[in-house]
Amino acid sequence: MKTIAAIEAFADRYDLAIVGAGPAGLAAASLAVAHGVDVVVLDENASPGGQIYRAVTSTPMTRREILGEDYWRGVELVQEFSGSASSYAPSTTVWNVARGLDGDSLGRDFEIGVSLRGKARLLRAKEVILATGAQERPFPIPGWTLPGVMTAGAAQIALKSSGLVPDGHLVLAGTGPLLYLVAAQLIEAGASIRALLDTTPRANWMSALTATPGFLASPYLAKGLALLRMVHRRLDVVGGITALRAEGQKRLNRVAFERAGRRTELDCDLLLLHQGIVPSINLSNAIGCAHDWDDVQLAFRPQVDAWFASTVQGVAIAGDSAGIAGGESAAARGRIAALGAAFRLERIGAGQRDRDAAPLRAELALLARGRRFLDVFHRPAKAFRVPSDDATLVCRCEEVSAKTIRETVMLGACGPNQMKAFTRCGMGPCQGRLCGLTVTEMITDARAVSPAEVGYYRLRPPVKPVTLAEIAALPQTADAEKAVAR
Amino acid sequence: MSGAGAATADVIIIGGGIHGCSSALHCRLRGLDVVLIEKDHVGRHASGVNAGGVRQLARDIAEIPLSVHSMDIWHRIEELVDDDCGFTNEGQVLVAETQAELALLKKRMRDLRAKGFTHEELIDAAELHRLVPAVAESCPGGVVSRRDGAAIPFRATQAFRRKAEALGAVIRDGERVMEIRREGTSWAVFTDRAKYVAPKVINAAGAWADRIAAMLGEPVPLEVIAPMLMITGRMPAFIKPVVILRGRKLSFKQFDNGTVLIGGGHRGVPLRDENITVLDWAKLAVSARTVADVFPIMRTAHILRAWAGIEARMPDEIPVFGASGTSEGVYHQFGFSAHGFQLGPGAGSVMSELVATGHTNMPIHALRIERFRENAVARSSEDME
Amino acid sequence: MFRRLPEATGAPIPFTFDGREMVGRRGDTVAAALLAAGISVCRTMAVSGAPRGPYCMMGVCFDCLVTIDGAANRQGCLVLLVEGMRIKTQAGAPQAQAEEGAT
Ligand SMILES: Cc1cc2nc3c(=O)[nH]c(=O)nc-3n(C[C@H](O)[C@H](O)[C@H](O)COP(=O)(O)OP(=O)(O)OC[C@H]3O[C@@H](n4cnc5c(N)ncnc54)[C@H](O)[C@@H]3O)c2cc1C
Ligand code: FES
Repeated sequence: MKTIAAIEAFADRYDLAIVGAGPAGLAAASLAVAHGVDVVVLDENASPGGQIYRAVTSTPMTRREILGEDYWRGVELVQEFSGSASSYAPSTTVWNVARGLDGDSLGRDFEIGVSLRGKARLLRAKEVILATGAQERPFPIPGWTLPGVMTAGAAQIALKSSGLVPDGHLVLAGTGPLLYLVAAQLIEAGASIRALLDTTPRANWMSALTATPGFLASPYLAKGLALLRMVHRRLDVVGGITALRAEGQKRLNRVAFERAGRRTELDCDLLLLHQGIVPSINLSNAIGCAHDWDDVQLAFRPQVDAWFASTVQGVAIAGDSAGIAGGESAAARGRIAALGAAFRLERIGAGQRDRDAAPLRAELALLARGRRFLDVFHRPAKAFRVPSDDATLVCRCEEVSAKTIRETVMLGACGPNQMKAFTRCGMGPCQGRLCGLTVTEMITDARAVSPAEVGYYRLRPPVKPVTLAEIAALPQTADAEKAVAR
Repeated sequence: MSGAGAATADVIIIGGGIHGCSSALHCRLRGLDVVLIEKDHVGRHASGVNAGGVRQLARDIAEIPLSVHSMDIWHRIEELVDDDCGFTNEGQVLVAETQAELALLKKRMRDLRAKGFTHEELIDAAELHRLVPAVAESCPGGVVSRRDGAAIPFRATQAFRRKAEALGAVIRDGERVMEIRREGTSWAVFTDRAKYVAPKVINAAGAWADRIAAMLGEPVPLEVIAPMLMITGRMPAFIKPVVILRGRKLSFKQFDNGTVLIGGGHRGVPLRDENITVLDWAKLAVSARTVADVFPIMRTAHILRAWAGIEARMPDEIPVFGASGTSEGVYHQFGFSAHGFQLGPGAGSVMSELVATGHTNMPIHALRIERFRENAVARSSEDME
Repeated sequence: MFRRLPEATGAPIPFTFDGREMVGRRGDTVAAALLAAGISVCRTMAVSGAPRGPYCMMGVCFDCLVTIDGAANRQGCLVLLVEGMRIKTQAGAPQAQAEEGAT
């Protein structure tokens, strides 16, 4: 692995650029490099591992049992990658991926806008794999913007990378396997949790069991049950929560919840919210890949073929950014995407590609068993996706309330893009990451149409903000100099 | 309804940008039955994604009368469309960066005054720095047009559409005009879904207007372009008017919410059959450098989004506006060459007069479509000499 | 809000926040170092002036925006803490004027 520490150290072009150094990106890179592909892996974080294996080679955590064996499995992936001939650019933000121009017409290669330590540059690559992973689903409740309210994933990241555990009155709330995993990890690390407020709708039990008999044969079952038992034994789990509210003036000091029509309050300094994860689609959306609405996972995901190739030629999407399937699947998906790319780059033939993919597909099929149970069981309730309280902020960046969104739908804004023009919702620095799904679902709800019909924001590059000075300092091409003259 | 299920109207408008929608509204105000046909959705292209500049400043003399008329409408836009369209009237300032540029502006001012136009005012360095304190010290002066300002493009286009519809115009999104045929004294317009018949047709098809003209046997030299824009995150308020430069390509506008829109004519590549534009970051970098030179305070601003719209440009950079040269009852309204947003309200009003009465007192002769054929003829006869 | 586990023994890294001297550990991001130092508010909003602090810790929410060594708009949860960093609360719209120390 060749680490790129300064913007000048990039080559001008690569065969394959991989965005994201989580399991999907790492596995894809290691395999592609082994087939003679010239690869660069670009990632915002300072060390490889992505979210699940975050800081796995640099964490200060020494007691293995706190983070659990699933976490430490990442070491192997990272070591394989470190031993490979791939280039690796940590602390590097990818702010644009698009087909580049050759003079005044569209070229074949992709142009990739990157920033590293305050300097920007445009790279070229023949193929791109997006392995940008997932983010936690927006959780728009009253008060969710108060300091002291964070996501469960955030606390997990603080634990993994800095050995930080919550102190003081701590409450967890929401649903999803990750919520229970984080609860277990925090307990092991010595945090004292006042309560876990479970918002999983009671009806989900039945629909999950009837929808997915396959779960009994799933690898998730035993693990999941053990986790549930551990958490239930060691802390106060309050189920059947139907409403949540974070309260406080300048910062959180109380969480209020409703259960069976009764309101209860708990003093609290830190509230960790979580209701599942959804694919990160900002880049694939901005590139113009087609996306579908997934009615079970309640999110948009890019359309991909058997090689995880998107609808834009030359762009593959692997790991959770292609639809939530978990860390182990992410690695297998990354390898399959890498075989597809190596084939398109003419490093391997179709025979070898298909042969090598077969065991990976078998692995994916095994991992997929029971996934549906999790998806159905942890499907978050509408009350926590479509806020009914008028004052709840939907767009955190531009501080747009649920009331404004609803009124704007009444005024005739029939999609998220119109919503932007009228309310600035989604136009702040997070570029819709924390309001996009909520807005789609609120419009869906008000207009009684499908989310697929309502659609999502049309995102524009840069997908992450870049400073004007960085753009101004982009190395000049001869063409652009001419353009100024004319 | 007449014929084989064809819908009839007094006028069929092709194109749902601000021009098509404004003409639809004004034709309804004159009592005409209107059908508007848009291949994507209203405001999807240039009208919905442009920089929102509402300026009379620095226009070609040929389009000034139309622009002045339009400005009057902008100042009472809410009365017309029941929405303020986000219009603000902070003026627009053209900045000269050198004495040589200032000299050119002085000459233009004499020409304008001679023709009776008074909307532009020459300003010295002191007034320039009063209006735009953040502009670099070295700029010697400029021109201001005080009635100018800016509006929100998508919102404005939607407002025209809504009002036109409220008054009874029929607006068809997602329908593409495939063919136009003469049927008796009317025009039959065939879309991918239906047939419409009317004695009058307005071609307001933006970057696709040459295709409509070609269907009528009237080719025009239209170039499809993709002007690029960038917008920043919120900045402290530091500038009121819209600023454009005389020499370099730059237009610059800070909104009330603090975000700053940077435009000015650098172009990406349009793929008009796919509705796609490709940004040219190397050229955006040139814009960014110009901004950093003229407004040093902008260097740390964050660029949040960049985009381009698909627009029609004519070789002489003024629009095609008025009756067709070949087809009775057909009118053209396109080729606004990246500065047609401001003209929308006024052009629609004049167009409705043309369609309803056959004439207008507005001087639009210089905008007629025949100018290209005449030029071609003139050129080829020169060649023969 | 957070405390550091005893095994987190990375080298200490001094920095300042709004002028106050603080110490983080090697491997901390700016946001993690602030949380460990008991800071839960690192910016105020341009629209309402409301206080905000890190929410996602993974680059998604932008509520960890701070000014670092004069450069506004830095995502604290993605920037590794470096010795001597001068970190400041980002108030409202970022100050456009280059602050002291900025280049
Ligand atoms: C907060 C959180 C905590 C989680 N914790 C667990 C857990 O403990 N156990 C578990 O089983 N699953 C967990 N998951 C689910 C798990 O993250 C995924 O299943 C798995 O990581 C998917 O792997 P991936 O390679 O697809 O994505 P990731 O591991 O997320 O890797 C994607 C990488 O891409 C980078 N990236 C994205 N966009 C850009 C850009 N524009 N420029 C540069 N880099 C970019 C990101 O920084 C990231 O490093 C968690 C998810 C989240 C969101
Ligand atoms: S805490 Fe969310 S972006 Fe940093």
